[in-house]
Amino acid sequence: MPVKVVIPSPLRPYAGKRESAEFQAKTVGEALGHLTTEFAELRKHLFTEDGKLRSFVNVYVNDEDIRYLAKENTPTKDGDTISIVPSIAGGCF
Amino acid sequence: MADETTLWISGHLAEKIRQHGGETYPHECCGALLGRDSSAIAGVDPEKDVLTPPREILALFPLVNRRDDSPRNRFSVSVEDVRAAEKAASEQGIEVVGWYHSHPDHPARPSTYDRDHAWPWYSYIIVSVQNGAPQDMTSWRLNDDRQEFSPEGIEIRHRAAV
Repeated sequence: MPVKVVIPSPLRPYAGKRESAEFQAKTVGEALGHLTTEFAELRKHLFTEDGKLRSFVNVYVNDEDIRYLAKENTPTKDGDTISIVPSIAGGCF
Repeated sequence: MADETTLWISGHLAEKIRQHGGETYPHECCGALLGRDSSAIAGVDPEKDVLTPPREILALFPLVNRRDDSPRNRFSVSVEDVRAAEKAASEQGIEVVGWYHSHPDHPARPSTYDRDHAWPWYSYIIVSVQNGAPQDMTSWRLNDDRQEFSPEGIEIRHRAAV
């Protein structure tokens, strides 16, 4: 069973309305790379122009935030679930 | 640019958003918009079915602004709050379709900061609160290219669509 990437609602229109996608991947970065290769329109909503994950994009591997693991180098194995979860922010000026 | 989208909301819920903005003034309020998007309803062609709203707000999930360091001009919804809103929506058979927040003493137009932190697809309702009194309320959707928001029409409906 490959790695499953759960796609949040606001990104599903850019992923063929899919709720998840599965890839063979050894790291979170590799899985997200496959995701944005298959669904290229997702890339700008997940990453800045210099290739970093946007600050309001939270990524979990089996409910563990990758910020507290090895970030995009966090290893993954078959059967793992990567969840992309929004946080929401804004302000009047 | 895509045709303007439209959001249905009851007068009652619209007033609740305005009240929340007034209650938290001079700080920004925030909350989730729970409802239904026609794209998720099987068999509905939103361009032909005028009786089915393109997007309808059916409930609110008011939240605490987590930016207690700068609440007058910033709001933040944590991952835990996002998950709580999604759970509340799921329990009602609906989904989170957007977010609302207030602009204390600023117009109901998205700022650059709003744009830089926005997600596509979501509706973003903004209510301007001037000297404690709620004023204009607008809704916006982030464009696909992330360069700007497009305004979304707000249609006040007296009752939810069947």
